[in-house]
Amino acid sequence: MDPVISVRDLWKVFGSNASQVVASDELKSLPRSELMDRTGAVAAVRGVDFDVAPGEMFVVMGLSGSGKSTLVRCLTRLVEPTAGTIMFEGENILEADPKRLRDLRRNKFSMVFQHFGLLPHRTVADNVGYGLEIRGVPRAKRGERSQEVIDLVGLSGYEKSYPDQLSGGMQQRVGLARALAGDPDVLFFDEPFSALDPLIRRDMQSEVIRLHREVGKTMVFITHDLSEALKLGDRILIMRDGQVVQVGTGDELVGAPADDYVRDFVKDVPRSNVLTLKWIMRPPRPEDDLDGPELSPETVVREAVRSVLSADKPVKVVRDGELLGVVADEEILGVVAGEA
Amino acid sequence: MVAVAAPRQLPRLLHRYKQALIIGGIVLAWLVLWLLFRNIGTLPLDASALTPLHRWINDINDAVGASRNSNPVFLYFFNEIRLVIDEFVTFVQALIAQPSFGRPVPVIGWLGVVGIAGFVSLAVAGWRVALLTIAGFVFLGLQGLWQESMDTLSLTLAAVVISLLFGIPLGIWAGLSDRANRVMTPVLDFMQTMPTFVYLAPLTLFFLIGPASATIATLIYAAPPAIRITAHAIRSVPRNTVEASESLGATRQQTLVKVLLPSARKTIVLGVNQTIMAALSMVTIAALIDAPGLGKTVVKALQTLDVGTAFNAGLAIVVLAIVLDRVTTAATERRKLPRWAFFGGLGVTGVLVYLSYTYLWAAEFQSDVEIGSSIRQGATAVTEWAQDSLPLITGGFKDFVTFVLINPLQALLAESPWFLVALVIVALSFLIGGVRAAVVSAVCLGLLVATGLWQDSMITLASTLVATIMVMVLGIVVGVWMGRSKRADRFIRPVLDAGQVMPAFVYLVPFLALFSASRFTAIIAAVVFAAPVAIKIIADGIRAVSPTTVEASTALGSSSWQTIVKVQLPMARGALTLAANQGLIYVLSMVVVGGLVGAGALGYDVVAGFSQGQLYGKGLAAGVAIVVLGVMLDRLTQAAAKRWTN
Repeated sequence: MDPVISVRDLWKVFGSNASQVVASDELKSLPRSELMDRTGAVAAVRGVDFDVAPGEMFVVMGLSGSGKSTLVRCLTRLVEPTAGTIMFEGENILEADPKRLRDLRRNKFSMVFQHFGLLPHRTVADNVGYGLEIRGVPRAKRGERSQEVIDLVGLSGYEKSYPDQLSGGMQQRVGLARALAGDPDVLFFDEPFSALDPLIRRDMQSEVIRLHREVGKTMVFITHDLSEALKLGDRILIMRDGQVVQVGTGDELVGAPADDYVRDFVKDVPRSNVLTLKWIMRPPRPEDDLDGPELSPETVVREAVRSVLSADKPVKVVRDGELLGVVADEEILGVVAGEA
Repeated sequence: MVAVAAPRQLPRLLHRYKQALIIGGIVLAWLVLWLLFRNIGTLPLDASALTPLHRWINDINDAVGASRNSNPVFLYFFNEIRLVIDEFVTFVQALIAQPSFGRPVPVIGWLGVVGIAGFVSLAVAGWRVALLTIAGFVFLGLQGLWQESMDTLSLTLAAVVISLLFGIPLGIWAGLSDRANRVMTPVLDFMQTMPTFVYLAPLTLFFLIGPASATIATLIYAAPPAIRITAHAIRSVPRNTVEASESLGATRQQTLVKVLLPSARKTIVLGVNQTIMAALSMVTIAALIDAPGLGKTVVKALQTLDVGTAFNAGLAIVVLAIVLDRVTTAATERRKLPRWAFFGGLGVTGVLVYLSYTYLWAAEFQSDVEIGSSIRQGATAVTEWAQDSLPLITGGFKDFVTFVLINPLQALLAESPWFLVALVIVALSFLIGGVRAAVVSAVCLGLLVATGLWQDSMITLASTLVATIMVMVLGIVVGVWMGRSKRADRFIRPVLDAGQVMPAFVYLVPFLALFSASRFTAIIAAVVFAAPVAIKIIADGIRAVSPTTVEASTALGSSSWQTIVKVQLPMARGALTLAANQGLIYVLSMVVVGGLVGAGALGYDVVAGFSQGQLYGKGLAAGVAIVVLGVMLDRLTQAAAKRWTN
């Protein structure tokens, strides 16, 4: 399947001489701080490549200053990229003129912000309908559609409230509803839950997972929280100093970290929750009894613990009838005990 | 040990206090030279004497007057502006203040005005403020000052409408465009630092004496807050909100109309409030160039030292100020009037307007319970009583300040040869702000000499310095108190806010009653006018000192006094210099008003210039001298602030 978004060699350099920086291979190869000293320019995004598949939940994770917020703003051109290409459904949006860009923003993608960005002088319903209003959708139709998404995000009954009368979590539901109202193809989330307290954050994460399942939209989700990334992401892109460190599924990151940075990052992750059997299986040995139970390589370790430990023979890891390896008590215990 | 250590420390001490020693030396040398050269080269000028420059300005004035209807610049530019503004003001006056359209009374009589004012207040500010408005307006009528009040209101409204017509779009522009903001900021700074009265004189040259000049002067004074606050409001809408709107595909215009303006509404209304208050203040002062209304009543009464009448009219200004302030302040809140109340109010207002259009009793404020004369008599009686029975206190204070502060300083400044004073000021400027400050001061001093009003300038400078010292003393005492005690802040701040809202004129009246016409009265009025600003800046500065630092100081066992002197004041020194700077500017802007009550010198020259044709040139030169003094003192205090905060 063709990717919805395809980013190639994307650069964003802040500073008056930004275009010189991206034109020079020498400057481009400098580390951030040296570039800053030499030219006064700040390279926020440095040569980023990635693809997002239709319907995928793609998470970009990095610490503050890693360039992730700038990256997501580049995707919608809220921040103008300095160089590179961003193909969106086959169209390079860096070449879109202001009108085309507005059309894209109105119809194709929308964004949920960290600090909500709600309009304080409008009710919830009017906030949700704002995107439709600027497209020129008539009032009655707007109200109908607003109500639909308000119900969808669980805000029924609050249509007439003003943002400052709502809790942080509910305000972000308004932000979510506003993004959904225009029925976009792609939703961008810029650290939407980091301003919320932990319990509410967990609720909202589940909410997003539910919505992702129900509406099936492509989503690009920015976060600095690894557990959030692992919980939500089909695939995760780890960013550091404006560059991509690794892209992969959660178990790939934990099972095969690309470098020490990622290894350090995933060190405290409860591995049994993330790793699947394919990461811990070993080739069968001659003494192994190969008529034990079978499990798929995608089974998460935690779910396999009971069957492996209760079986008196090693568990076979099988895909399409082909034996990939076996998992016995010691492998399982190695993962579970390693967490203690 | 001490004896041995002392000589070693001496060079260090010398180095440490080098600057203080140099300044002390300069002042000492000045005193000695003053004794030797006293009253030589002081460049005095009699009250009625003129220099060639003054005569030359008079000639220009005459020439302009003669060519007003032939010179194309006037015909097609200044006269047009004047006519349009005059028409507009006359129109507003015709509606509510002056007999018009062949009627013996204005189109809308008092009952109609009260109805409209009440309804507008109800719609934007709620029931309670509406009642206040109605009571306030009726009170104006009962004072016997209905027509004067309406004249003042007409002029204020006309100036406000024009200010906002230009101010809000300019503010939006400055809010959206960094470049526009960069261009506008210094211009606005200049408009606001200039003492308010100074542009009255040049304006009359182009727009004649009367409502047009008054309105334009008011515009210059009242538009900057509208522009500034609108720009600030637009700029402070969270980036996030704007981004959200952009991310949904809004055009610039949609974002402006649907996001920026509604979000900034509250702050913009605050700007409108500031504009209205500034306009009211300036409209009353513009009485000096023959603007009709309450200000004129005050000026006339002040000139004849009729405290009773001045107080009555001053009270009317206060009432008007309170009403306008309350209404516009309350308008910042989000509020929705029930439909029935809105249309009910509209209906009642319509009926009242109709009545006031049709019937004389509703048009002209006639009342058997006129209280204006009682207020006048009461104020006069209180004044007489105060002057008879309080001279020990008031007179003692007045004499103390006059003999200990004003006289010596004035003698030193005004009786030294001009080149000596100039030399001292340039030297001090160099010490404070380096070559640049010295050059600015030298140029300013040269201009002062050129105006032919050197001695008057020095007398005014002396009064200004005394007033500023008093402002700073008050500012530090009250400001520190407010900065340290939340409760004091809660009680004092509203008083200061109210004080700042009042037109400058009003301050003169009670002090005139207490101290009669003198330099001292003018100084005290200036102090009262300038103190609120200084106090607030210092209080905020003290409050902004990190609580942790104060806590640490307390934990180390400092007494309150030590904490104030060693921690809070030094850390708030930026605020202190800013307070001194603002205090000076405010004091200077009262110089002309002070001229009305015996301040003499430049203030008197300006006032006399407005009223006597042959003194026009001298008045204008005096206005320039005030500006020059202002620029010099402003630069100096800013240089000092820069030095001190680094």
